[in-house]
Amino acid sequence: MPEQLFFTIEVILNGLMAGVLYSLVALGFVLIYKASGIFNYAQGVMALFAAMTLVGIMEGRIPFAHLINAILGTKIHHFGWHVNAVLALILTMGVMLLLAWLVQKVIFKHLVNQEGIILFMATIGLAYFLEGVGDLMWGGDIKMLDVGIPQGLNLWIDETTYNMFDYGFFIDNLDIYATVIAAILVFVLVGFSQYTKQGRAMRAVADDHQAALSVGVSLNFIWIMVWTLAGFVALVAGIVWGTKSGVQFSLSLIALKALPVLMLGGFTSIPGAIVGGLIIGVGEKLFEFAVGPLIGGATENWFAYVLALLFLVFRPQGLFGEKIIERV
Amino acid sequence: MFKKTILAALSSIMFAGPALAELVVPWFAYRTGAYAPSGIPLVDGINDYFTMVNERDGGIGGVPVRVLECETGYNTEKSVECYESTKAEGSLVYQPMSTGVTYQLIPKATADGIALHTLGYGRTSAANGRVFSNVFNYPANYWTAASVAVNHLLAENGGSISGKKVTLVYHNSAYGKEPIRVLEMLADKHGFEFNAIPVDHPGQEQKSQWLQIRREKPDYVLMWGWGVMNSVAINEAANIRFPMENFIGVWWSGSENDVLPAGMRADGYKALALNAPGTDYGIYDELKANVWDKGLTAGAGDQIGSVLYNRALYMAFLTHMAIEKAQEVTGVADISQADMIKGMEALEITDAMMAENGLAGFAPSFKVTCEDHGGSGLGAVQQWDASAKTWNLITDFIEPDMGMIAPLIKEDSEAFAKENNIAMRC
Repeated sequence: MPEQLFFTIEVILNGLMAGVLYSLVALGFVLIYKASGIFNYAQGVMALFAAMTLVGIMEGRIPFAHLINAILGTKIHHFGWHVNAVLALILTMGVMLLLAWLVQKVIFKHLVNQEGIILFMATIGLAYFLEGVGDLMWGGDIKMLDVGIPQGLNLWIDETTYNMFDYGFFIDNLDIYATVIAAILVFVLVGFSQYTKQGRAMRAVADDHQAALSVGVSLNFIWIMVWTLAGFVALVAGIVWGTKSGVQFSLSLIALKALPVLMLGGFTSIPGAIVGGLIIGVGEKLFEFAVGPLIGGATENWFAYVLALLFLVFRPQGLFGEKIIERV
Repeated sequence: MFKKTILAALSSIMFAGPALAELVVPWFAYRTGAYAPSGIPLVDGINDYFTMVNERDGGIGGVPVRVLECETGYNTEKSVECYESTKAEGSLVYQPMSTGVTYQLIPKATADGIALHTLGYGRTSAANGRVFSNVFNYPANYWTAASVAVNHLLAENGGSISGKKVTLVYHNSAYGKEPIRVLEMLADKHGFEFNAIPVDHPGQEQKSQWLQIRREKPDYVLMWGWGVMNSVAINEAANIRFPMENFIGVWWSGSENDVLPAGMRADGYKALALNAPGTDYGIYDELKANVWDKGLTAGAGDQIGSVLYNRALYMAFLTHMAIEKAQEVTGVADISQADMIKGMEALEITDAMMAENGLAGFAPSFKVTCEDHGGSGLGAVQQWDASAKTWNLITDFIEPDMGMIAPLIKEDSEAFAKENNIAMRC
């Protein structure tokens, strides 16, 4: 087979892997939207905040050290210890749980029955607040994140494909791990929502708040649970993306990559987030490969949105989204 | 109530004196936003330098310096707002720290009679002082940077890179596109094959670009990147096992922020340098005695000695010298905005001046004239040692191919002058 064909296959495989990374971010949006109807603008910042907290805990950084030093004139930065990645992960999940509780108690508890746009605006406020608090807590420097996920060319795939086709395929180890993590995450989330009492309660709330309340489901509890789950998903996305580029502010911008995925896959479907991510990933990589050089390149950012818009023309609710029929 | 009002009015008349003279140096800071990791060492360095000058010398020529920080978040609109809101405070020279902002401010600053200094960035053809009366881009610019990088490759290859493949990975913005024209001309001159691959802001995902590079197998990759684009590119280069010693970034792609996320895999990566890295300079003793030991450090004090902190010290030093020169030329200590332009146009940085200010060997000497606002154009190459986590200069300061670049600057600037009805000066 000609080299051009192998390269196309390589582009498609890498597009699929990139799509999985986009899906990881999109999943957090879906969880919250599905259960509460809130489009969480802060999801990208939550990924940043979670990753910053993880690195901060691992490195034994003192939270708000800059603020403490500025007020008290001290020069403290570190506790002087390093925390094991697994323990740090558990502690970070605790922080995300606390954050979910605070978000519910301080913001959304007071906004029950408000219009969707009001809730959306509240999440914009939350995003800016978290951005500032994250910087204040852990500093604005670029942080290295190493939780043991390997990076770089997978030698086995490279050698095997080279021996078979005389063309070594490039697949990043990090992308393989991300794919496995995303697959586990989807199975866990789907299993949780289908087969556990809390999961069924979450689906009941998603279907009808008032009906769920009338049968004794605690809206408060469910929303805290959903924000916590979204926080955990944000943590996973933050770890994968943070391992690639270091933990820095730009991590919050990965939400921009999730938007076309949501438009395409639907805002309410977990499988939709995965399929949407894969289509966007492959679509943008193939377009960049085939058409990019003819029109100056750097097409990926806008092409993802064009692709999503094309799908919207034919399926406004996205591929897997719920069709909303309103009678007037 | 009436008595109190009268008393307050009288007090204000009695105690109000003439405004104290000060030299205002505005700074577009970005301690927040996507580029904060690069903005923080720059603003900390500027503040620390002028705190040192104020503490040690009581200012410049006896007039204290006030650094006027305006937070922009590296946003062009906010930067222009910062310019508009601070220009009336006697701001002597604006250093926009962004090529996009520079393009916005050139007509405004020219109309307002205020100097712009774009060290190692901005509009390259602004080096022609006959057209750009208020804009200075000494000591080097993107075109000289491209030429320095190619000259380094020539030196590494015994004077010939004919038949080699060179790829430019660039930030898809005015900044990233600046070197393309010169690199194309250098490719024609030296017979190397050149292609350019853009990366959109912010550059978090670059898989396509590096798959293309893996396929085309260039001998060298040059990078004009900024922010997260740099660290992702270095990571992706390591992923495809591109040899790091053949990967060279411009001076805005060569800080600790860019290489640390890749860990040991970034070992050997190279970048151009306008000034030397490290802390082995007399100025660091002065900063310690006059700033850090007194608890006057800007920010958290955790940027000291980084590449961008050193860059900021260099910028501040050049501003300091230009103010001194303006005071010397005009005979006035509390100089005006117009005086500052005169000082910058008469600026000559000698090795003796560098040594006197604790910066011996830190950067090359150069001279600014009314015609030439661009300086020497010299640049060195530094290399990252991942195990020691240090940058080391591996070359002397290299001459650019001014025989090629000077006519380009003339052509581009004169076209700008024609378009905007600007009369040639000098």
